[in-house]
Amino acid sequence: MTRINENSLSYDVAIHRIGRIWMSVALLVILSVPLAISVHYKVWPAAGSLLGGLLPIMMIYVPIGIIEVITFSPMLGSGATYLAFTTGNLTNLKVPCALNAMEIADIEPGSSQGEIISTIAVATSSLVTNLVLVIGVLLFVQLTPVLASPLLQPAFENILPALFGALGYLYISKNWKLAVVPVTLMIIIFILVPTAPVGILIPVSALSAIAAARFMYNKKMI
Amino acid sequence: MFDYRNSAFMFVMGAVVALFVTIQSLVFLKKAWNEGLNKGLEKEKMQRAVLSSAVFTLVPSLSILLTMLTLSGALGLALPWIRLSVIGAVTYELPAAEAAAQATGASLAEAGVPLDVFSVIVWVMTLGIMSGPIFIIAYFKKLQSRVNKIKVEDNRWGTLLIAAMFVGLISSFLGSALAGGLVSIFTLLTSAVIMVICIQLEQKAGLKIFRDFALPLSMVGAMAMAIVFAGLLGG
Repeated sequence: MTRINENSLSYDVAIHRIGRIWMSVALLVILSVPLAISVHYKVWPAAGSLLGGLLPIMMIYVPIGIIEVITFSPMLGSGATYLAFTTGNLTNLKVPCALNAMEIADIEPGSSQGEIISTIAVATSSLVTNLVLVIGVLLFVQLTPVLASPLLQPAFENILPALFGALGYLYISKNWKLAVVPVTLMIIIFILVPTAPVGILIPVSALSAIAAARFMYNKKMI
Repeated sequence: MFDYRNSAFMFVMGAVVALFVTIQSLVFLKKAWNEGLNKGLEKEKMQRAVLSSAVFTLVPSLSILLTMLTLSGALGLALPWIRLSVIGAVTYELPAAEAAAQATGASLAEAGVPLDVFSVIVWVMTLGIMSGPIFIIAYFKKLQSRVNKIKVEDNRWGTLLIAAMFVGLISSFLGSALAGGLVSIFTLLTSAVIMVICIQLEQKAGLKIFRDFALPLSMVGAMAMAIVFAGLLGG
């Protein structure tokens, strides 16, 4: 085994170890917030209200959370997955950010170098978002009228089309054969059910893309 | 009257969470950076990744900030700050808070929810999004080794599989945008056109800056045009 392979292996083992430790501590930190509020203010949620609020949310977000791990982790790599699933905002920020960084560096997602660039991108992105939020807290009074102005609302309402138009061109122009089936399927679904939640349709779209890719791969069309 | 939502206690918790996320990000950044050097990745490539990611992140972060400001009316400033610093998303926090408020018979439209409702909202927002991280701790290593096995057995298919997953992700958002009305469609197309222009400027004129910042430029340009389209089309 070459030295680089040995290094890759030890990095792989190490990143899973520190990733699991950090993620476990992160869960404790995140859970300590409601716990501290209940203890400090001496107010605990009524079981009925808690379940009433939690059930509809968990019915949607438990499967989405698991599907997001399965869908995004092969693109992000190990380090970026542990970090992105602690800091959140995956589809609208961390995943596009990591893929954009790999694209600029001319590195394939899922490769060992992609793992590095992806982790650097997600870490940087988390730091910047953190900083922006801290600035937002400090300058709350000054920023609210600007960001919440009716003039800017169409811009923020269309942030996802603005993001995925450019990303879509970038990746679909390179993999257009892979995109035919999922894009067609998604357009049909959204025309039939315009209010369909994108989060639930991501795995449907990804599975259709994988099935189409496998078919074309077997037929040597790609 | 004492405002429990914006108390010093809440902001200290916000600062602790923000500090934790900052330290974790710095640890992972350092680990990846050192591993990059070990693997022979050029320093310049990694520096470009930092710069392009930082610039790209600014605009989506403003959207996250806007969600924080939106939620602050009912929940105060500290809780939305905490929630948007950790796992969750702009698309999660608002529906989760609304579902929790509704379960108590309250509404987020109220300026300042009562403490008992606030407590339900905090617990629901926190517990409702735990499945991803718990799944990662339990199964991610196994999942990753399975993906690696596919790549070792058939590298071409492994690469195609990851590309197909990403194309699937993009396709769902493209479908949503294309069925989302004219303003959404024109914004999507504008973003794609600006991306084409950036690529041309980089390839034909050799302006590397347009490669590194193509995505933020496309986003900001398309969002600015969304304001124009909304004005023209009344969207």
